[in-house]
Amino acid sequence: MSRFEYAPAPESRAIVDIKSSYGLFINGAFTEATDGKPFKTVSPASEEVLAEVSEAGPADVDRAVKAARKAYDKVWGPMPGRDRAKYLYRIARLIQERSRELAVLESLDNGKPIRESRDVDLPLVAAHFFYYAGWADKLEYAGAGENPQPLGVAAQVIPWNFPLMMLAWKIAPALAAGNTVVLKPAETTPLTALAFAEICQQADLPPGVVNIITGAGRTGQALVEHEGVDKVAFTGSTAVGRAIAKSVAGTDKKVTLELGGKAANIVFEDAPIDQTVEGIVNGIFFNQGHVCCAGSRLLVQESVYDEVLARLKRRMGTLRVGDPLDKNTDIGAINSAEQLARIRELSQVGEDEGSERWSPECELPTQGFWFPPTVFTGVSQAHRIAREEIFGPVLSVLTFRTPQEAVEKANNTPFGLSAGVWTDKGSRILWMANQLRAGVVWANTFNRFDPTSPFGGYKESGYGREGGRHGLEAYLAH
Amino acid sequence: MTTTDTGVDSLADVTSSEDRLRRFLLGLPGVDQVGAEARAATLGTRSIKTTAKAYALDLAIQMIDLTTLEGQDTPGKVRALCAKAKRPDPADPTAPQVAAVCVYPDLVATAKFELKGTGINVASVATAFPSGRSSLAIKIQDTKDAVAAGADEVDMVIDRGAFLSGRYGLVFDEIAAIREAAGDAHLKVILETGELVTYDNVRRASWLAMLAGADFIKTSTGKVSPAATLPVTLVMLEAVRDYHEATGLHIGVKPAGGIRTAKDAIKYLVTVNETAGPDWLDPELFRFGASSLLNDLLMQRTKLATGNYPGPDYFTLD
Amino acid sequence: MVWRPTLPTKDGARLDVRKTYKLYGGGAFPRSESGRSYVVNDAKGKFLANASQASRKDARDAVVAARKAFGGWSARTAYNRGQVLYRIAEVMEGRHEQFSAEVAASEGLSIGKARALVDASIDRWVWYAGWADKLAQVVGSSNPVAGPYFDFSLPEATGVVALLAPQDSSLLGLTSVIAPAIVSGNTAVVVTSFERPLPAVTLGEVMATSDVPGGVVNILTGSASEIGPWLAAHLDVNAIDLAGVTDHEEATALEAAAAENLKRVRRPADEDWTESPGLSRLTQYLELKTVWHPIGI
Repeated sequence: MSRFEYAPAPESRAIVDIKSSYGLFINGAFTEATDGKPFKTVSPASEEVLAEVSEAGPADVDRAVKAARKAYDKVWGPMPGRDRAKYLYRIARLIQERSRELAVLESLDNGKPIRESRDVDLPLVAAHFFYYAGWADKLEYAGAGENPQPLGVAAQVIPWNFPLMMLAWKIAPALAAGNTVVLKPAETTPLTALAFAEICQQADLPPGVVNIITGAGRTGQALVEHEGVDKVAFTGSTAVGRAIAKSVAGTDKKVTLELGGKAANIVFEDAPIDQTVEGIVNGIFFNQGHVCCAGSRLLVQESVYDEVLARLKRRMGTLRVGDPLDKNTDIGAINSAEQLARIRELSQVGEDEGSERWSPECELPTQGFWFPPTVFTGVSQAHRIAREEIFGPVLSVLTFRTPQEAVEKANNTPFGLSAGVWTDKGSRILWMANQLRAGVVWANTFNRFDPTSPFGGYKESGYGREGGRHGLEAYLAH
Repeated sequence: MTTTDTGVDSLADVTSSEDRLRRFLLGLPGVDQVGAEARAATLGTRSIKTTAKAYALDLAIQMIDLTTLEGQDTPGKVRALCAKAKRPDPADPTAPQVAAVCVYPDLVATAKFELKGTGINVASVATAFPSGRSSLAIKIQDTKDAVAAGADEVDMVIDRGAFLSGRYGLVFDEIAAIREAAGDAHLKVILETGELVTYDNVRRASWLAMLAGADFIKTSTGKVSPAATLPVTLVMLEAVRDYHEATGLHIGVKPAGGIRTAKDAIKYLVTVNETAGPDWLDPELFRFGASSLLNDLLMQRTKLATGNYPGPDYFTLD
Repeated sequence: MVWRPTLPTKDGARLDVRKTYKLYGGGAFPRSESGRSYVVNDAKGKFLANASQASRKDARDAVVAARKAFGGWSARTAYNRGQVLYRIAEVMEGRHEQFSAEVAASEGLSIGKARALVDASIDRWVWYAGWADKLAQVVGSSNPVAGPYFDFSLPEATGVVALLAPQDSSLLGLTSVIAPAIVSGNTAVVVTSFERPLPAVTLGEVMATSDVPGGVVNILTGSASEIGPWLAAHLDVNAIDLAGVTDHEEATALEAAAAENLKRVRRPADEDWTESPGLSRLTQYLELKTVWHPIGI
């Protein structure tokens, strides 16, 4: 019997219309950058240049913040919540209508599999706007006092791992609460944010309510340090988050930070084994492991270690690595050469420290940035790959004997974003959830997100929550 | 209770007493419903195109147990079905034959006569199908009748009442008895997963049937809703995979009932491929219990070959 | 045969096609099983239409349809129910002129005032749509019990709700009693304003084209005095809103009848439907479920 080889099933990229160059979206229109140099954004799967994008310099940042301020003072701040809600509902619907196009664009620019951008990212993006649209006219019920007020202009800087989803997490609650925003997408993934700017135009959103400026770290720094900003929201690395926290010291700016993680995914001997293996795979290989809450440290109870590892490796053998636009791809491209270098470096460190490295056989494309799904066994707490965020498809496996030991190991990290617990025993789930110092605990599942569910970290994983009622509070004065 | 010849050393102990069997079945790892259904849904998103689709369509046709199990069945109906089994698409001789024709015991002889020399098996349901509500003696006789009439394969039902009330030994013994009565015929054991309801039960019943001597485990009679579903089949494929790991033996899986479109059939093949593995992509180890599925597979096959969408008028009724 | 030319229609002289106003139940538009109809006039007494006059048997059928729909509707995700309610607003917007004309005629208002009421009705659907996935976050709780237990309380829909809609406010009042009942997962049997039923029938047509599953909202045109007692005494109805009952004695009798199976009763009150509704109607048709679970290794 011949093997069942899946023929290529590429999603058509004809659906997206990428311009050769993009300006900055300020005050409702695309404008030329005045003091920055243009830069290129590439497809990480092929290194093909997709478009040229403007870099916003300090003068551009200033223009954007002023536009946001004006829109806040004149239009958006005074607007009844009922009408803000309607704009957000419009945006939600436009995203639903254009979701296929946006999914393709996201996969092109970011390298993530179309299956994920289509089935995870885009539905969540629309849902996020839908959810916060519903809050805009109900702020008095949000638990932030009887007459909660917006903060003003929000400076928002987002990462490259979930470009449009992170945009939604930032913009939807900010606008619902009555703030205006200046948002800077990551320099390697600006295209869906620029497409979102177009959606704002289609929704007839008043000019200046949403401003999208592109650029790298310098642009982001100028934005968060701008004195016309009332609120800073950042998602990204702990190092940059720390720098932002320092830079706003002594100002009146409110800050929320969603930073790195090194989540423990804890498997007990009574876990539902097949679903656990799926959860481990989803925990670390979802989005190439470019997930701040990724389950990058697998803690397995020693009594089931061999069985879990055998099943995990067998399952990893069925993962399909390749063209992000192929509908059957499970693992796409690493987002950038820089990120690939970091993953390679830390993996080398893992080997040097004596851990055993394993990847299934898989052919990687020659062009673009690729890394195979990888598991390290024999890892101990002292190893760097058990402590540092790799932000790639690399899993470190450790073992434990008792629930207490699992908790101690799980909490033995400066991070505290998320954790996973796998067991059929309900009371143990709740006990573990109590003990784990992490902002999100998934039980018998992993990497689940919902607009109603608050997300954010303990310790060096940041502060503030996104999602739910609590995500709204981050944009309200109370 | 007796151990059967399929139980190898490591598992022989498990069936040595009812108590041990119970402890073994209850000790199997749990199945998380949400996770299992999410996994099945993800497998269902695989996009099978062009050459892969052509391969899958032909394979699916070869895996069909073309079935008629109606009170109104007649020799005439069965003869027509056999003609269809031999040559599914009169307009296209390259269309493969199906695996088997599945009928009630009293129509086995008719089917056997029609299918002589074709290589197509005759499968018979037995054991007071579909409810299984009669004495063991009658179930054994039902099976023997079917085999005597020439059935190559016997599709039995388990006693769901006994299973749900925890009398695993009774279910085991009954399967073992039918195994013996069926002689050389291939034994497919119908779990009727729509009545077992939970995936934990599906996993336990799968193991129970395999330990008792099943050659195949089959989801449903087709008379109870829901019949076959993708997650149920996924759980059963995990069971045969794990059983193979433990014993080295290959047990087949047959989803039956409710699979009507080529698109659905392909989802099942993807699930087979990525769960039990390529070994099971073989009519010896995977079957579809279906009737209307065949025509949809043929229509998709024609679409692939000609580029045009055909209509149902161009395919024979049975 | 004599050949006769057909005269061209003069501008503006086209004869319109009039609508048949029927009941809405189980997703279909039947006439009353009783075969009855009654004349609906505008506020000035001019004939508008014949409306079906629902009977107790229509009410009985509506309760069966509502009960059948309850399981599926209440089990949908809150997000999905929110989307469906928002869709109602979208489809209503497309029928704005029709609603405005019907409200103006029914309530004897200028078209401008009627339009404002239609605006408010659509906005009310939007407001309630947003509550679908927020209700549990606002009225639910996690309870810090003194012991090793995780304890939380969540709202759940109570079941089938009978709504005797306001007699005066034919669309805004109607919307204001239906939306809070169904957003949380209840299904509804509505008895419309007797004299002003036409906007309700059009709302039924909106429901039928807005992804609202059949049976979630069932609309009976007719008399609350006639049908109300049957619904109040119906043992498969879980709650009743007496908004449309204007007579105190009648309301008292209905409340007493409803006590038989301990229906949740909302008494009639002097309500200004243009005011922000608050949470009281929304929480009226909710049960609160508290769950205890031990915490341990």
